[in-house]
Amino acid sequence: MGIQATYLGMPLDINDLDVENLAFFKHCAQHDFHLQKCSACGLLRYPPTTACPWCASPKSAWMAVEGRGAVHSYSEVHHAIQPAFKSHSPYLILLVDLDTQKGRPTEQEALRVVGNLATPDGRLAPPEMVRRVGIGTRVRMVFADVTAGLALPQWTIDEGATQPDRPWRYPQE
Amino acid sequence: MPMPAETETTSPKHLRDKYAIVGVGETTYTRGSGMTTRALGTWAVRNAIEDAGLKPSDVDGMLSYQSGDSTFSTFIAGDLGIRLNFYMDVFGGGSSTEALVGMAMGLIEAGMCKTVAIFRAMNGFSQVRIGGTGARAVAPVSGDMLHSRAYGWQSAGQMFSPTFMRHMHDYGTRPEQVAAVKAIHSEHASNNPKALYKHRVSVAEVLASRIICKPLHLLDCCVETDNGTALVVTSADRARDCRHPRALIRGVVGRCSKPRMDMHYQHGPVSTVAGHYAREILWPNAGVGPEDIDVTGSYDAFTFTTMLQLEDYGFCKKGEGGNYVSDGTIRLGGRRPNNTSGGHLCEGYTHGLNMVIENVRQLRHDADDSCPVGSDGKRQHTYDYREGGCRQVRKCELTANLGWANPGTGSAMVMRRD
Repeated sequence: MGIQATYLGMPLDINDLDVENLAFFKHCAQHDFHLQKCSACGLLRYPPTTACPWCASPKSAWMAVEGRGAVHSYSEVHHAIQPAFKSHSPYLILLVDLDTQKGRPTEQEALRVVGNLATPDGRLAPPEMVRRVGIGTRVRMVFADVTAGLALPQWTIDEGATQPDRPWRYPQE
Repeated sequence: MPMPAETETTSPKHLRDKYAIVGVGETTYTRGSGMTTRALGTWAVRNAIEDAGLKPSDVDGMLSYQSGDSTFSTFIAGDLGIRLNFYMDVFGGGSSTEALVGMAMGLIEAGMCKTVAIFRAMNGFSQVRIGGTGARAVAPVSGDMLHSRAYGWQSAGQMFSPTFMRHMHDYGTRPEQVAAVKAIHSEHASNNPKALYKHRVSVAEVLASRIICKPLHLLDCCVETDNGTALVVTSADRARDCRHPRALIRGVVGRCSKPRMDMHYQHGPVSTVAGHYAREILWPNAGVGPEDIDVTGSYDAFTFTTMLQLEDYGFCKKGEGGNYVSDGTIRLGGRRPNNTSGGHLCEGYTHGLNMVIENVRQLRHDADDSCPVGSDGKRQHTYDYREGGCRQVRKCELTANLGWANPGTGSAMVMRRD
């Protein structure tokens, strides 16, 4: 069965043929982060794909992956496009390098997982939290529950981790 | 003109100089065209055919690109009474122009048709806004899009910003350096009577404009426009019979990409764009290098896109793009002006086609500025680049267009004056 739901006023839809995305978000709904691990070469990949980006094997299995990493880059959106986000601006879009598989299979590669900066319970972060985060900030994954079988992975500041003295932020502030 | 020595390559350099752009045309650039994309496309294609000195019946191939926001070749050909031997309407926006020029060369080479019109028609302001506002903002988020749009990561500026931001992090690129791209393109547009935005803006004004999504200010972003634009491509032999000096195609690259096109950020460096790969095709095919180029047309969807491409195509060292775009090099009168029409930031947003049109006119030494027209019907260029003056580059012999789809995909083309 496919999934239709509403998140922040946005209609979300995964059709019943899209087995990769259904499996990905079903794990998220259980607050577990799983990625496809290639049965041939053993590499994890993100986002879900129908074959391995490195060896083209169609076979994979879902594996639990630790949702921890550091911000690789970001955008801070002040002028939201989608109506759903206008009342949450400014909001952060984070590109996070997972610790798992960082620098593999080449040093320029990482599992770069997208998400917003969120509170520990998965709501979009308030402005004072947004101002604390930049490139290098250590973050951990949390989940924004949407409906049965669907939650979105999000990122929050990893308060238990050693943080950089000053994460890199856009200079004109 | 003499050309540098041949470079060893496996590329099909036997096509070098074998094809030419012979006609260019556009509609006016407005925010509120009051007409359909079909009418805009017909107007632009008709202008391009007329500019070439051809009749509609001389055209037997047609290509266009769109994102579900425009008319099709069948309607344009029908409206102009053209019977086509080949047509195709492809999906896509930026980077399509140069890619379709390359396809036109291949079509003619394969004997499928003889002369190809390429068009883009868009009500980019009054109908489908590229920035993603309006109907696009409220469309359902489906399947693979849950990994982007569900996070408010949708518009071009939002999607590209992690690349821009990482470049500032990696190389110390400053906001005022990239803001110079807008300031300089606005100077160029002030000498282009058909530009939508003809007023000059300063670097300080760019930096004082409101933040859209960091690191982009409002004036770092291009101007959504209603317009139609068109080119006519034919063989260099047939081009001899056309009205203007030929703009000969030296080499072309189409939609060359970084790895992991499903989400290019999976492969780094994130601060490197597709030009890093495309240059390995462009320069060997063209038989020239960046140092030989007189005018560039580096796609300016944003100030940053111009900078990133000039850097990755080798016009400066990696990481020095901020300096390159702000030291006067890319200004009219500088060593290598960029987007002399004002580009997307000022002339109008066309998904790249107007930048090719501009370079064709530069190669003809016939930029349509405000210089007086002489008794021979040609503009008497003054090379006085002050506001309202000339925008023709002196002795323009070689141009490069650098098209952009996103950080992960780009196209490029080198043309030379006959």
